[in-house]
Amino acid sequence: MKRSMLVPAVLALSAALIAVGCQKKTVETIKIGVAGAHSGDLASYGLPSVNAAKLVAEAVNAKGGIGGRMVELLIEDDQCKPELATNTAAKLVSGNVVAVIGHICSGATKAALGIYKDSKIVTISPSATTPSLTQSGEYPNFLRTIAPDDAQAKLATMFIKDKLGLKTLAVLHDKGDYGKGFAELVKQYAEAEGMTVVLFEGVNPGAPDYSAVVNKIGNSGAQGVVWGGYHPEASKLVQQMKDKGMDLPFVSDDGVKDQTFIEVAGKYADGVYATGPMDTSSNPLAIKAVADHKAKFGDEPGAFFLNAYAATLAVVNAIEKAGSTDYEAVSKALRSEYVETPLGKISFDERGDVIGFGFSVFQVQGGKYVELK
Amino acid sequence: MDYFIKLLLSGTAKGSIYALIALGYTMVYGIVQLINFAHGEVYMIGGFTALIIGGFLFVLGLPVPLVLLLSIVASVVFSAAFGFTIERLAYKPLRNKPRLSALISAIGISMVLQNFILLAQTEKYLSFPSYLPELAFLQPVREYINSTQFIILVTTAVIMVILTVIIKFTRIGKAMRATAQDKQMAQLVGVDINRVISLTFIMGSSLAAIGGVLICSYMGQINYYIGFVAGIKAFVAAVLGGIGSIPGAVLGSFILGWTESLGTGYISSDYEDAYAFVILILILSVKPDGILGKNQKQKV
Repeated sequence: MKRSMLVPAVLALSAALIAVGCQKKTVETIKIGVAGAHSGDLASYGLPSVNAAKLVAEAVNAKGGIGGRMVELLIEDDQCKPELATNTAAKLVSGNVVAVIGHICSGATKAALGIYKDSKIVTISPSATTPSLTQSGEYPNFLRTIAPDDAQAKLATMFIKDKLGLKTLAVLHDKGDYGKGFAELVKQYAEAEGMTVVLFEGVNPGAPDYSAVVNKIGNSGAQGVVWGGYHPEASKLVQQMKDKGMDLPFVSDDGVKDQTFIEVAGKYADGVYATGPMDTSSNPLAIKAVADHKAKFGDEPGAFFLNAYAATLAVVNAIEKAGSTDYEAVSKALRSEYVETPLGKISFDERGDVIGFGFSVFQVQGGKYVELK
Repeated sequence: MDYFIKLLLSGTAKGSIYALIALGYTMVYGIVQLINFAHGEVYMIGGFTALIIGGFLFVLGLPVPLVLLLSIVASVVFSAAFGFTIERLAYKPLRNKPRLSALISAIGISMVLQNFILLAQTEKYLSFPSYLPELAFLQPVREYINSTQFIILVTTAVIMVILTVIIKFTRIGKAMRATAQDKQMAQLVGVDINRVISLTFIMGSSLAAIGGVLICSYMGQINYYIGFVAGIKAFVAAVLGGIGSIPGAVLGSFILGWTESLGTGYISSDYEDAYAFVILILILSVKPDGILGKNQKQKV
């Protein structure tokens, strides 16, 4: 008697489960991964892109999603560490994402890309600038909404030659993928332009004291210093140089073009040059994105916010135009369709580099970065 | 020659930074034979305390020397409390267990404190204001050594002398030496070893706090991770000089500073860490207990 009651109950339960399963299938979401440094000391580079992706997803979902399918974000932290990035990537792949916005640091991006490539997932980084990521042709699934380091290094070198008129340079870097890559390119271009690189060295990131290497710069006869790396070391270097009465022009990359650098280095930051993405503050979409950020999160967005915003818009647009989430179709649409973003009207070239957006030189003047025209 | 002197002085400055932290390492090791890996974190916490208290007092409009004094006092008290608590919670229960257990516990505490500051304070780099005075007589030679470096150097020397005097000539110093030699025997003759060990941790942590304030003033920035990097170098310096020996820690730190500085100046800064470890290997292969370390016979 008991058993005969149980069987229909189980049947009914499984029928209900199937019904739930089917219902879920008809409104399956489009999953987009967001990966980067969301904790740790480089979180200030990664968190803004999470906010950007959230804002875009919210706007798209408010309009009814993409072809009726809602956008869902899967957010994973890699702390900018390559060894964590592979885990992050594996997690996103098993979550069935269509595309990934990220990662943030070049080293972590490179570590994760192989996994995305094997699973045919489009990956758009707002900030990974190591040239080989696109130029090696190894990762056809990789695109970025930021110009690669070689563009940045070229610009920095031409600026040093034409505007600053320096003949001898000291080039330092933090031995990382990003910093060393930038430094090596500056050295290569500077020598091609007839300048002499009198000092080319890596320093230990995080060390409390750089006075020995600062002495070495003084002894090398360099007329200017180029730094490839991030802001914590840059602020120690400029401080220890100025404390020794060395007032050489200091030119760096967009790892230093961050408000945190000015906050930490304080008065020592004044006069420092850094290359960074073009100023887009007059673009109406950028103004709106920043206003939305303020309304939702209560403060100014941080580094790479607009790049991530543009990357997410590009993905959404490509899925819409392709009419599917198929890798080949999305990948093709990204390269053939132009899309209006806060960075301007952008598309991507065959290698995956952005078309329609690039770098400028900035200088710290009175506590903020000013674009030099 | 001028270049050599500059490098030597920057090596000296660097060495005195390492020494400030290495002194605390070596003291704790000398008494309880424990490598306190959380020492670097106590140094970092000392820096953070000074930043918070100093910032608060500065806003209240107190004069700068008073702000400096009060924030050093606050960070010493706070770090000493941390040192005391760490010892009671993480090391005392393991005192009679194999040494490896306490070592692992130390590494655990180090991670806990790092992440505590990361979550409770911030993951960002913060600007650390320099409350240290600009010494006018150093202005003409600032290419060689600046005020902050000079103050760190003098502080290191003073602390080394004070510690040596305390350990050699005072009652509590005698108790410390007795505890270091044989805990059981010291207890039998009436030394309260719990009190002595707690006091050692309090002193070591206070030194770390002073180091935190001075070194952060020099770097001009602070972050939850600074204790780890500085701690590793200071540890190498302490081992180099003979861990457990107070003058040894200072000597080891200077040798490390000079090696790194001259290596950077004449060869390349790319291999800065390599110079440090090559020197360590060379010295330990000749003198396994470090330069000033006592040769300890192991009983089988």
